[in-house]
Amino acid sequence: MDFFHVLVVLLESTIRVSVPLVFAALAGLFTERAGVFDIGLEGKMLGAAFAAGAAAAVTQSVWIGLIAAILISVALSLVHGYASITQRGNQIVSGVAINFIVAGSTVILGEAWFRQGGRTPALAEGARFQTISFPDADMIREVPLLGPIYADLLSGHFLLTYLAFAMVPISWWILYRTRFGLRLRAVGENPGAVDTAGISVIWLRYRAVICCGILCGFAGAYLSLAMTAGFVKGMTAGKGYIALAALIFAKWRPKNVMFACLLFGFLDALAIRLQGTPLPLIGQVPVQFMQALPYILTVILLAGFIGKAIPPKAGGVPYVKER
Amino acid sequence: MSTPYAKLPGWVEYGLIPLINLAVAFLVAGLVVLLVGENPLEAAYHLINGAFGRGEYIGFTLYYATTFIFTGLAVAVAFHAGLFNIGGEGQAYVGGIGVALACLWLDQTMPWYVVFPLAILGSVFFGALWAFLPGWLQAKRGSHIVITTIMFNFIASSLMVYLLTRVLKPLGSMAPQTRTFAEGGQLPKLDWLLSIFGLDVGTAPFNISFLLALVAAFGVWALIWRTRLGYEMRTMGHSPSAARYAGIRESRITVITMMISGGLAGMMALNPIMGEQFRMQLDFVQGAGFVGIAVALMGRSHPGGIIPAAILFGVLYQGGAEIAFEMPSISRDMIVIIQGLVILFAGALENMFRPAIARAFAMRGQRAAAVVQTRGA
Repeated sequence: MDFFHVLVVLLESTIRVSVPLVFAALAGLFTERAGVFDIGLEGKMLGAAFAAGAAAAVTQSVWIGLIAAILISVALSLVHGYASITQRGNQIVSGVAINFIVAGSTVILGEAWFRQGGRTPALAEGARFQTISFPDADMIREVPLLGPIYADLLSGHFLLTYLAFAMVPISWWILYRTRFGLRLRAVGENPGAVDTAGISVIWLRYRAVICCGILCGFAGAYLSLAMTAGFVKGMTAGKGYIALAALIFAKWRPKNVMFACLLFGFLDALAIRLQGTPLPLIGQVPVQFMQALPYILTVILLAGFIGKAIPPKAGGVPYVKER
Repeated sequence: MSTPYAKLPGWVEYGLIPLINLAVAFLVAGLVVLLVGENPLEAAYHLINGAFGRGEYIGFTLYYATTFIFTGLAVAVAFHAGLFNIGGEGQAYVGGIGVALACLWLDQTMPWYVVFPLAILGSVFFGALWAFLPGWLQAKRGSHIVITTIMFNFIASSLMVYLLTRVLKPLGSMAPQTRTFAEGGQLPKLDWLLSIFGLDVGTAPFNISFLLALVAAFGVWALIWRTRLGYEMRTMGHSPSAARYAGIRESRITVITMMISGGLAGMMALNPIMGEQFRMQLDFVQGAGFVGIAVALMGRSHPGGIIPAAILFGVLYQGGAEIAFEMPSISRDMIVIIQGLVILFAGALENMFRPAIARAFAMRGQRAAAVVQTRGA
């Protein structure tokens, strides 16, 4: 029973830390499937988290915070889109630039506006997301096995958590079952063919980039409005890169994205849990190894030792219309 | 890139356009200063004064510039072969192991001029090793170098935390760092170089690795434009298919280029470890690997451009500290914004102003031609 209890706690924290990864990795899925590489997920998420924290602190409204997060994130996406689609600049350089601009400006603006060392003021109850309890969760918890699963694993999360996991099938449906999705995937594989069919490559890619911005906005809002009560400087702490790793690990497929994010989230939760406790057979595993594991796994996958990750064919290549 | 832009005179291509891009980056940074409610001109004054106002300040500026020359060269070498090495941060961090090992081994028995060459070799070895794996994986297994080097940055960071908290830390100490090196692990300052100009270096850690950086810059120039290997690297960077057709072995060039790039990044570790701290600390790289990207982009991947670009970022780091001291609402994070803006405008948006400038030049050319025609008639 004790082991079962530990497992439930571990899985519950897995879900909690996976949410921003799911949002951000799905965001990356949309742009990368359209042929625009984006290593600026980290920056967009951080910018969104700051906008959410700042707007919610000023207006005391969680919804205005969420909208601000999405607006800022979409604006940053459009900068990336302008540089990499219209100006045909290097997409990786542009992503790096956005990460730096956001990392610096969130601290400078946060300090100038709130004077709390780069934080935004702690949010009161009405200005942040509350957990949702399923009906009778407390009563059902007493039921062995199924009780804790219902009460702790399924119930008691934030609205955004449920939205994140709902976005997985929704993204799948958009990408694989709508005309927009078909064209979006086509533009990432063979933009010339899409252009020949009389569809604007530029406008399609811009729409993909906007989708990415919206989803990164949710990821950032989750960090500062749900997971913690307010923005802390550098609070994304590499999550954007982990999401990028998860996206590659998932071979650019929605369902795999969810499992990859849950796996990396689980490793994260396990690393915290295992701190200082020795494992049978192996002995004590250094925390640093657990922290590096998602990156090591991604490198091994990329090297083709666990299946092969084939990126969208036109990824990273700006489209030049023939004259 | 195959974008059809008209050819412009050299001074426009390598002088005017980078300057315009830089000016726009600084204008936007000025807007951020306004947004914070401070005066951008005052900030600019503190920046210049903080970087050049005294001999000591110049010493600090050049100390930072030394670091950025190494990381800028590292990124530039890879750029020439069409590779984007975003892992300079991790390579420099791991390169520190080589420096620390050389110093810990010999600092109490040998003078600095024996330890220094060994430390150089050590830093190059470990930096190149950390770049070898991504290079090899790209060459042989087809994994994308940008993603692998990002992953290697994170792996390096975990590895170094592990080493510094468990292996390299002296017994009984709590701080995650090596012991302080004795005389042999401390590089001499370049106070004589500044005193030629009548300047006093004061406490600035401006040290002999600056000269090493200049040698490295010359070495990179000679490698890229004066050797067969450099020619092959540039060929691959311009057109991989042409390189393949000419019988250049892509995988070999990829791996060698990445190792040179990693070695240069690794040498950066000499400057802070042997020149300033005299010990290896957690996070001693402090983002210099990423600054290298901005430096290489601004310097157009040419050592002649990288050195001034590195000095510019040295000015930003040293002068930025002065701004933060005089105007507390503008902390050193302002540098990170400027760095991002430079990368954006000098890198991703480098062609934004090109069409307008090309048009201006075309119009001037036409007018000149018209003048010649009317005179002839």
